[in-house]
Order: sequence, then structure tokens, then C-alpha cells
Amino acid sequence: MFNRLLLVLIFATILFGCSKNESGNGGAMASGDAAQKVYVAPGSYDEFYAFMSGGFSGQVSVYGLPSGRLFKVIPVFSVDAEKGYGFNEETKPMLETSFGFVPWDDAHHPKLSQTDGIPDGRWLFINGNNTPRIARVDLSLFETVEIIEIPNSAGNHSSPYLTENTEYVVAGTRFSVPFPQKDVPLADTKFDGTLTYIKVSKEGKMEIAFQILVPGFDYDLAHSGKGKSHGWTFFTCYNTEQKNSLKEVNASQNDKDFIAAVNWKKAEEFVKQGKAKNYPVSYKHNWIDENSQIAKSEEIKSVKVLSPADCPGLIYYLPTPKSPHGVDVDPTGEYIVGAGKLSADMAVHSFDKLLKAIENKDFEKVIDGIPVVKFEKVVAGMVTKTGLGPLHTEFDGNGYAYTSFFITSEIVKWKLGTWEVVDRIPCYYSIGHLMIPGGDSRKPWGKYVLALNKITKDRYLPTGPELTQSAQLIDISGDKMKLLLDFPTIGEPHYAQALPADLIKPKSKQFFKINENTHPYKTATENETKVVRQGDVVRVYMTMIRSHFAPDNIEGIQVGDKVYFHVTNLEQDFDVPHGFGILGATNAELLIMPGQTETFYWEPKKVGIYPFYCSDFCSALHQEMQGYVRVSDKGSNVPVKWWVGEQAKK
Amino acid sequence: MLKKIYSVLGIISLVFIISCGGGDETKTPEKAPEPAVQESNPLENKGIGPIKQVTLNPTIDEKMVDAGQKVYKEKCTSCHKEYEKYIGPAPVGIFERRSPEWIMNMILNPEEMIQKDPIAKDLIKQFASPMANQHLTEVEARSVLEYFRTLKK
Repeated sequence: MFNRLLLVLIFATILFGCSKNESGNGGAMASGDAAQKVYVAPGSYDEFYAFMSGGFSGQVSVYGLPSGRLFKVIPVFSVDAEKGYGFNEETKPMLETSFGFVPWDDAHHPKLSQTDGIPDGRWLFINGNNTPRIARVDLSLFETVEIIEIPNSAGNHSSPYLTENTEYVVAGTRFSVPFPQKDVPLADTKFDGTLTYIKVSKEGKMEIAFQILVPGFDYDLAHSGKGKSHGWTFFTCYNTEQKNSLKEVNASQNDKDFIAAVNWKKAEEFVKQGKAKNYPVSYKHNWIDENSQIAKSEEIKSVKVLSPADCPGLIYYLPTPKSPHGVDVDPTGEYIVGAGKLSADMAVHSFDKLLKAIENKDFEKVIDGIPVVKFEKVVAGMVTKTGLGPLHTEFDGNGYAYTSFFITSEIVKWKLGTWEVVDRIPCYYSIGHLMIPGGDSRKPWGKYVLALNKITKDRYLPTGPELTQSAQLIDISGDKMKLLLDFPTIGEPHYAQALPADLIKPKSKQFFKINENTHPYKTATENETKVVRQGDVVRVYMTMIRSHFAPDNIEGIQVGDKVYFHVTNLEQDFDVPHGFGILGATNAELLIMPGQTETFYWEPKKVGIYPFYCSDFCSALHQEMQGYVRVSDKGSNVPVKWWVGEQAKK
Repeated sequence: MLKKIYSVLGIISLVFIISCGGGDETKTPEKAPEPAVQESNPLENKGIGPIKQVTLNPTIDEKMVDAGQKVYKEKCTSCHKEYEKYIGPAPVGIFERRSPEWIMNMILNPEEMIQKDPIAKDLIKQFASPMANQHLTEVEARSVLEYFRTLKK
């Protein structure tokens, strides 16, 4: 009995000690209070959808905030066997590029479509860095519906950073290369850069409007103006030294690099005036037809290019210390924050001052037709005594800015206008981007800031050499930031965006209406199922419903045939996808939504009996949802036959 | 020795199960008691769902029949054949077995019907596959009903 009492005492002491640590750690450890703030009861919904880039996974992950629960991984730039993305015949064209079929990319910056500078929940755009592309995700489907390749580009990093009414998404070259591409020596050759404007139609469809040819610096990040600065986009750049080797040292020589300020409304005028030259190029534009759900890939062979020297007033350089990374525009559109990642202080430029400096021609020099505005004529203030390695800034809509610091691994809160630092909180570890719901828009929803961390080291149970990366949810509703929650992420979370769930939830599609399905190989009813041979091409018109395939017995397939299973899910209900897999197939399953038709390509190589089945648990009789294909030798006289149930069809 | 341990464990878990079960029994059920199976006259059972009253005209509406047949072909034939049992029962002669309201509620609200309606509960025991909700509108379901009136034995 006494022993037990002692145990209880020891336990209580440990608990007490822990809670003491919490308060002593500057809010670095989440407390019981924090648990309540992130607890979303079973069956209840989160307040925000958060869309996070998967970085080198090439995908987008969808989380709920404040719970940190993962809802879905949306395949974008990488094939996804789970969903058949890039494996089924319908989605293969989505990953076509001028280099051929590319199964991977490095996805960086998700950006929600905006109306009047406020996220509207229609689409999510995200850039692919390695093979320059921009993708559009339809937020009624949570699926990628369009990918456009960017010609004359390499390292599409400063992208998609759209304009206030989603007039354009933008792209900029982090890697400069010759345009057009050619065989030149690497040593001492200066390459080219481009800034690209992609027009977005009312229906969301992207089309490259024009490119601006710029000196081959490394264009790193961007943000388009808002409110008073609507009509402009700001791109940071580093390596103004234009070195091609050991950039770690050689691209860090200049005290100041630039923010490029592009007047895109002027650019539109120049294009109208015929100032753009048509460059011969080849790039792919891929999109999914809404009704057939089939992707098309189109080659485009020309692009309009503007040269700054021919277009006075198109673009200016704003000197900014030192190798600036993020460039973030405050909700009023007045302040342009340049995070000089190798500088101790951060420069904040003023849009009003920029206009005045342009009017007064306060330029220090001109580079390739681009005037460089005098630093002191454009800077509004410096944020000093911050941390080391500033990267990105978001805003809470209450006059405060929050900047991530990679080297000192913290978020620093400071006041716009006075530039004073008011609070700081450590991150675990090495924060890159940070995100406040609506935090780069005209009307931030505030409430939380999410730290997107590159390194977790000792934060989670170890999983071998590769560790998870993480997000940390921090409460910003009070004067002091308070850490609430850690949660692991998919791949490397670069940027993220969040918005209230109500802006998306009511529009979320439940199923595809079978009557509206215009897929040319759709089978509308079980009576119309059939198997058709034309030479060595065999098309199986198949249907599925809980819980059988029709047909589920197929004979007359031969080794070496090119078999297309066109499978239509006849369900017309919410949350009843069916899967399709077949023994030995060298691609991936189909995962077919209700009302959709998808196509599975199969080349049987050996004779035998091949079972196929539904891979997504669909009903109590899911295990029974299976069938057989009989594969005979090439040239065999087994006739093509198919049936479901006992009665064999013709 | 091991056997002994197992049997003791078994008894303990048995006691646990019994005591848990007993606990449940003492609770007052939250839901109203389900209606008794109307074995005597299933035609009086209108089912559970949006349809409270259907009036069938003495004359069959041919336009509605055409529309109903089209909907039936598109949305129902994966599981129902007019004149023979398939995944689900054949609709021929259904008006002798079910009320028009029940039929429409089964089409429009199958999930709840399977959970609560005595006839639907009985059917799932016979047919194993639960009726799928194909999201017909009330107008579509009514037209399918009209089409069923034309099926002759």
C-alpha cells in the first residue's frame, strides 16, 4: 500500500515537472490547452482546408486545420498507382511534355484562385520546378484537370503566384539557360531568363499570353500586387553575378540583388501594339475534358516574347539585400517585403515610393533595358534585429507580418509601418515557408500560422535515415504565438494555402452523372456490355456495380493481344468507387468513380486463366466481385465469348 | 497448465461479455420500437422515406412509361431484370406484393429502408446485395413506377 502511494507521488511529481517545463519554454511545448484547440471531435469537420505541396513527391496533400488530419493526396506531377493516375489511358496524356512522358516533378507553390484578392475556392494552381509546368486542380473534384508546360524555361520556381482576379498565373526561371536552347560552352557563358504570364480563362483554362526576356539571373519567388498594386508582379532574383559554378559562394558576392517589378497591364498594351516577337517553341498543353474525363495533349509551337529594351515602363529592378528569397505583398498592396536570405536585416519596399521614383526617373543604372531604381528611393523601412536566414512573410490582416527564419529556425512577428519585432517562436526545425489562412491575400482569415519545416531530427519516432518533414500549427489569435500541434507531411512541404471549409465543401462533387458521361467507350447499361476484336486489338466494354462486373467471364483472348478494358462504374451514389486489377498486369489498378469510365491496357504474355477483381472494398460481397479472362495461344480457334451469370452470351 | 490459463481467461471474458450485455439490456432504447412485420398485408406498408402518398390513375400514362423505361434501363438493369430474379428481385407483379409508396421509398431511400423497414430487412437476407441508391429524382422514381405497371406476367 505504501509502495503504491509512493508510485503515485512519483508520477504526480513527473507530471508537475512537465507542466513547469511547458511554461518555461516560451510556449514551445504544446499544453493541455493546446490539445483542446486542435481537437476536432470524431465525426466533426475541420474549420479550414489546407493544401500543402508535396515538394519532391510531386503531389498536393489536403489537410484539415486545426486537427492536422490528412484527407487526400492529389496526384499532380507524379504518377500515382493508387489512383491509376498516369497509368490509365485517360490520364496518361496529362504527364506528356516536350521531353515525352515525364512521371515525376518537384511541386512547390500551391496558390488558390482569387476573386478581388481573396481566395474563392474554385481552383488550386501549383508549379512543377524541374520540367517547367503549372497544374490546375479543380476543387470540386480535388483532381488535377490541366497541366501546361512553360517553354523557354528551366527551374520554374517563382510560380504560380497569380494576380488578384486570377487573370494570370506567372512563371519565372530559377535556372537560366540559352533561349532558344543551343550547344554552348558552360564556362563564362551568360544565359537567359524569362518571366511568363499565363492567362486564365473564366472556366480556368490556361494559355500562355506572353514572356518577358530578362537577364539570366535566378528568379526565385514572386507575388502579384493587390489593391493599389494590382497590375504588377514582383519577382525576387539572386545570382545577379550570373555565375554558372559553385553558386554557393559565387552567387553571394553582391551586397544587393533585385526584386523585379513587372507592370503586366503595360505588358498587355505592348503585346496589343505588336511589340512581342513570335519565338518558335514546342511545348505541351494537357487538360481533362469535363464530360468524357479523358485528357488531351496538344502541342503548341509559338510563343510571344517581349524584350524590355523595346518596352519602356514594362519592368524595373528594385535593389534588395542580399540574395532575396521570398517577396510578399501586404494586404493593402503597399508594402513589398524582400527576405534577403543572406542579410541580417529585411528591406520593405513601398509601392507608392516605387511609382514616384519611376516618375522622377530615380534610377542608378539600366541593365539590358531594365532601369534599376535607387534603393533609398524605394525602400520604406528595414526590419532589424530579426534572426538569420529570412525566407517568407505572411500577414494576419491586423497590421502584423510573420517571417520565417531558416537558420535560426523561428517565426518572427513584426509590425508593418514601425518595423518593430514584437514576438518570436522557435520551430522544430529549419522552417521554410509559413502559411496563414489567406495570409498572402487582401483579407487574411488569420487565427493560425503553419510552420512548414524541412528537418524533424528528434521530433518523431525515427524511421531509418529518411525522416518525415513536418508542419507545426501555431495559434496567432493572441499577442503571443503559441505552439499547438506538430504533424508529419507528405514529401517536402514547400508552400501551402488554406481557406475556410465552407468555400469548398458545398461544391464538392459526389459522383459523375452517368447521363453526362461522354466517354466514347462508355457502356451505359449491362445489356450493352460486349467484347470486340479488331485484328489483335480487343476492346472489352465492361460495367461494374455492387458487386459484380459485366462481363465477368471472357474467352477468346490470345497471347500478344492488345486488350483495352473500358470499365464504366454504373453506381450513382456518393463514396462508391470500384477498383480493377488483373493478374500480372504491368501497370496499376483503375480506381473508377461512380459514373466514370476508365481504361486499362493489358498485353497478356502467357496462356492461362487470369482473374480480375475489384480492389476497393465496396460492399459485403466485395470479395465476390471478381471474374476471369481465358488467354489462349496466338492463332487459337477459341472464339470471343463473354457473359455474366449462368447464361452464356453468343 | 496453459489450458488452465486459457479456460480461466475464457471464463473471465465470458463474464465480461455477459456483464456488458446485461448493462445494455437495462438501458432504455433511444429509438422508437420498430413496427412489427406486417405479414398479413404488406400492401399497407408504405415504407420509410420521402413518399407518403401515391395515387395511381386508372389509365396508364404512356409518356411516363417511356421515361420510366429509359431510367430503368440506365440505372437499374445492372441488378434487376424485368421478368427474372437477378442480383435483386424481378419487378414483374410487384404491385401484388408492395404498395406504390413502398416501391418508391425503396428506390429513393434504400439505405434507411434496409436498416429499418421490416420487408426490406427481410429482402436483404434473401438477396445479400443491398439495394444501391442510384439517386433518381422523385419524378424519375415515379416514372419507373409507371413503367412497372406495364409489366405483365
